[in-house]
Amino acid sequence: MKPTDIKNPEYFHKVVDCQYACPAHTPVPEYIRLIAAKKYTEAYMINWESNVFPGILGRTCDRPCEPACRRGRIDEEPVAICRLKRVAADNKDNEVVKKLVHRKPKPNGKKIALIGGGPASLTVARDLAPLGYEIHLYDEWEKGGGMMRTQIPSFRLPESILDEEINYILDMGIHTHFNTFVSSMKEILEKDYDAIFVGTGAPSGRNLNIPGREAADANIHIGIEFLANVAFEHKTKVGNKVIVLGGGNTAMDCCRTSRRLGGKDVKVIVRSPFKDMKASPWEIEDAIHEDIPILNNMPPKEFVVENGKLKGVIFGKVKAEYDENGRRKLIPTGEPDEFIEADDVMIAIGQDNAFPWIERDLGIEFGKWDLPVLEKETFQSTLPKVFFGGDAAFGPENVITAVAHGHQAAISIDKFCKGEDVSERLAPTINLATQKMGIHEWIYDNYISDDDRFKVPHADKKKSLNDRLVEVELGFDEDLGFSEAQRCFNCDVQTVFNTDRCIECDACMDICPTSCITFTSNGEEDDLRTRLLAPANNLSQSLYVSDVLPTTKVMIKDEDVCLHCGLCAERCPTAAWDMQKFLYNVTKAS
Amino acid sequence: MTFVKPTFRHPKQATNKIGFVKSDYEGTISTLCAGCGHDSISASIVQACYDMSIEPHKLAKISGIGCSSKTPTYFLSNSHGFNSVHGRMPSVTTGANMANKDLIYLGVSGDGDTASIGMGQFVHAVRRNLNMVYIVMNNGCYGLTKGQDSATADFGSIGKSKIPTPFQAIDLAALCLELGGTFVARSFSGDKNQLIPLIKAGISHPGFAFIDCISPCVTFNNNTNSTKSYTFVRDHHEATGTLDYIPPEKEISIDYEGITQVKLHDGSMLNLSKLSPNWNPKDRFSTVKRLAEAKENGQILTGLLYIDTESQDLHTINNTVDIPLNQLKEKDLCPGSKTLEKINEGFR
Repeated sequence: MKPTDIKNPEYFHKVVDCQYACPAHTPVPEYIRLIAAKKYTEAYMINWESNVFPGILGRTCDRPCEPACRRGRIDEEPVAICRLKRVAADNKDNEVVKKLVHRKPKPNGKKIALIGGGPASLTVARDLAPLGYEIHLYDEWEKGGGMMRTQIPSFRLPESILDEEINYILDMGIHTHFNTFVSSMKEILEKDYDAIFVGTGAPSGRNLNIPGREAADANIHIGIEFLANVAFEHKTKVGNKVIVLGGGNTAMDCCRTSRRLGGKDVKVIVRSPFKDMKASPWEIEDAIHEDIPILNNMPPKEFVVENGKLKGVIFGKVKAEYDENGRRKLIPTGEPDEFIEADDVMIAIGQDNAFPWIERDLGIEFGKWDLPVLEKETFQSTLPKVFFGGDAAFGPENVITAVAHGHQAAISIDKFCKGEDVSERLAPTINLATQKMGIHEWIYDNYISDDDRFKVPHADKKKSLNDRLVEVELGFDEDLGFSEAQRCFNCDVQTVFNTDRCIECDACMDICPTSCITFTSNGEEDDLRTRLLAPANNLSQSLYVSDVLPTTKVMIKDEDVCLHCGLCAERCPTAAWDMQKFLYNVTKAS
Repeated sequence: MTFVKPTFRHPKQATNKIGFVKSDYEGTISTLCAGCGHDSISASIVQACYDMSIEPHKLAKISGIGCSSKTPTYFLSNSHGFNSVHGRMPSVTTGANMANKDLIYLGVSGDGDTASIGMGQFVHAVRRNLNMVYIVMNNGCYGLTKGQDSATADFGSIGKSKIPTPFQAIDLAALCLELGGTFVARSFSGDKNQLIPLIKAGISHPGFAFIDCISPCVTFNNNTNSTKSYTFVRDHHEATGTLDYIPPEKEISIDYEGITQVKLHDGSMLNLSKLSPNWNPKDRFSTVKRLAEAKENGQILTGLLYIDTESQDLHTINNTVDIPLNQLKEKDLCPGSKTLEKINEGFR
């Protein structure tokens, strides 16, 4: 293998699994260390710069970082990254943060319209307002936040948190046009904005057209519409018996919300096997904890109506079979259909994009699934001054992805307004700094905690089921937060090898607790992976290969299960190994 | 400075024949200088014992005083240990071995512990062919007292003091051969491929298995002009041959030219491919000659230098009973007054 080029920013970035997996590439270990040091405000600001909504995401993020966390490959469970983010948000100094996020820029004379007030648009606003842009935000609801407000129930995300973080942005002098449903792109284009950003999400909840649908319409609700109506208190009660159709996070939110609006007998019914449910495991767990059974392998067949009122739903019985490509087929088992009583039914079987308000003769092309045709990196549509982001760009994803889109779209809009080439984008900024403090002392705390993942305390179940505004998760307190933070391996503190200094004493190879380091003769990657001290079977993780050493061997380090404990560097007599903190920041609009 | 090794290990650690993982053979974190050759020898011992599926409680590690003699803390934490008086490791091991022949005895010593204060103990353990592995972690200096020349420092070798050694060195391997040692090897801490099979062969050898292991002192004796530095040893060591240890249960039938097969007492095999001319590992004279030649040429001869496949250890020579002496009860040992009277009668 060729020696690893550690100057390539992506090499060490990939080693920081959590940051690499995060769509916004938030420097996770950096803020976790700050939390351990009780520097909550600093930790919050790192998050705010990167993901804009630390308090919101610290409660509701999809957490792509956690399955990626290296600790999960070595210990039983990953670090509770998402919950630690909340610790920073809960304990920060609000006054200081307010001053830090406050921006009062000189106007640059350019006007931008943002359609939709969700996370993508708000991110664009956060990035561009400080640069002097005059920003006009349009949203159909009476407050900003988009799906974060309308689709995430208050027992998961209190309104105060939402208001606080959205106001940080709106207070930058954003011109808000709430309660304004934009029904024509043409009209917006006519109002001489320099650029337009579309962040309207995936606003159309899928319907279920089976017999009885129309007759029972009064008691059948589309999941995301139901949640929005609850959020704005247009709906305050549901019937005793509720069936939620669907197995995603919206279904989980619908059933748990129903429990709080008078639903005593609430069931989730999915048409496929339990294990195929799309909802996050922790959301499913919380729903079950609130006495909500989840019935699987039961596709709905018919809404039963009696005297003009919904009586219940008839379900078929199926089993799943998978062909050799893993494609699933639901086969009827032949068992008799089952009738289940219901006063209300929520349909939460998916969302679609919908752009009925964009006239098709404006030069904005639409492609597959009626999604806009976009440049993948720049989010620019075929009409150069119109940009898309969030769920509106490539279909339903999640908040953190919308934020990542927002940052990139902001760069594009800024470049577009300056008359620059939007496809010419700056590389990320990186910094690699030694952590050496003394002979065997490091600036970072290299102690490896043995603790299991800590559980987040919950509010009293009876109390929270009675009031949809009571937040269920209480979050880690400072002590629990510290203990959980200590579980982080500091994967951003990189093991950097200097071939010229190595005397091949093997000390690093002997000490490494997880047998990551091997000195051996070079070869092809496939062959090398089998020849190491411990076979490197995780192909998604890189091998760090040195230049040729005096004995003709090379140093190979399997990055897979490195604890970043620094023992290789401590046992190295010549400082050929050094622990260096790698900070990777995605370039933002500036 | 880290004083506790993290408890996490590679999640896919393999187990050996008796179900142990390699970390079951580890010790606590080393407090020797970073880069010390001794740590590599400790790691080789861990690897050898893991590979041989030795039950940790069936091994006793015994040492004297010095940097080398601290190392038993850094390997085989689950085995028996005795950190004895300076230079008295061979005597303590003799006592332990006499009392319980069922254990594997692994003695660890240094050049000071063996070639100076413990010389009297060492030579007698060799001539008695005590069943043990005797490893000398040889760095040519007294590292624990800031690097004075030891008795194995080669004439003219220059350590950190910058003063060339004015005296002749004691060659422990040659001495061991002279005293009738039945297993004589020399190795280098920086060459685990050679050291690990040697340790395994030493454990299998019934009798005194001596390994003189050059182990650079990175702090006091790793200068370019020192004959025990990493670079000097790498540039000047000449292996007698490559070594392959084959455990007893493995059926092997290699029969090709250049390979000498040595069958050990416990059924294990050594495959030796000879690199060195004019030398036969089973012929003491050729080894003595070859060692002298290497010294003349400024080379360090490493590998298995000599092996006596007919070796008989101290228990065999003394014809002791099969049951370890420490397990003999009063009724086994005391013949009773009637028999005693009879014996006494015989002397009247």
